[in-house]
Amino acid sequence: MESVNRIKIEFSSLPANVSFARVAAGAFATQLDFTLNDIEELKVAVSEAVTNSIIHGYQNDPGKTIELSAEIRCETLVLAVEDRGIGIDDIEKALQPAYSTDPERMGLGFAFMQSFSDSLDVQSLPGKGTRVIMTKACRKEATPRQGH
Amino acid sequence: MDIHIEVKEKTLLVRLTGEIDLAVADTLRKSLEQELDSNHLIINLIINLTGVTYIDSSGLGVILGRYRRVSKYGGRVFIVGACAQVRKVLDLSGLLNIMKECPSEASALDLAV
Repeated sequence: MESVNRIKIEFSSLPANVSFARVAAGAFATQLDFTLNDIEELKVAVSEAVTNSIIHGYQNDPGKTIELSAEIRCETLVLAVEDRGIGIDDIEKALQPAYSTDPERMGLGFAFMQSFSDSLDVQSLPGKGTRVIMTKACRKEATPRQGH
Repeated sequence: MDIHIEVKEKTLLVRLTGEIDLAVADTLRKSLEQELDSNHLIINLIINLTGVTYIDSSGLGVILGRYRRVSKYGGRVFIVGACAQVRKVLDLSGLLNIMKECPSEASALDLAV
């Protein structure tokens, strides 16, 4: 039977928890044979998703809750970040690089999530919230067989 | 994150250490704005990232905002000392296309005259 490992963490929508979320996701990801570079990229992707939830989903309201879940299945890491905030009206537009509603922000959050994962799925309903799901497969380098 | 700021003639030299994300972006933004507001002779910005171990779009947004401010008056922004991971994020964002990356503070100061 296929072994599955999963975690689920809920935390307050505070900026200080962005680093907590990425470190937690990074630590969980080390159970697969990812490179350090892969782990660093995953941490950026998670940070961007959590930052989006705080800034956009909850409009910087610190009293809300964000859920981070992660699952390892078939050498693939599945990460999900979910909020119950205002949601996204136009997901296609939000996914465009450099699209931002804030002049002090680069609008690159989703671009980083896309670049640093194998797949990105954004599910959102205005007024209900947003769930971002990212996957990354662990691609082990082929190890040369030792001769006998 | 720690911020160390020095003024070298018309250039603001900013040395950053630690992780730059949403939690510290506002502090960094306010510190830089305060320096730029208090000294109108400053036209260039050198950002030394040697001690930065992590940056994401929140930190990049602060850098871009200051780039927009100084470039309005013909100023330039120089990036120094980005480690591989930080450099990758900078590169992917396109910031390295509009800012000059220098191998050292000295070389950046030479260009920022």
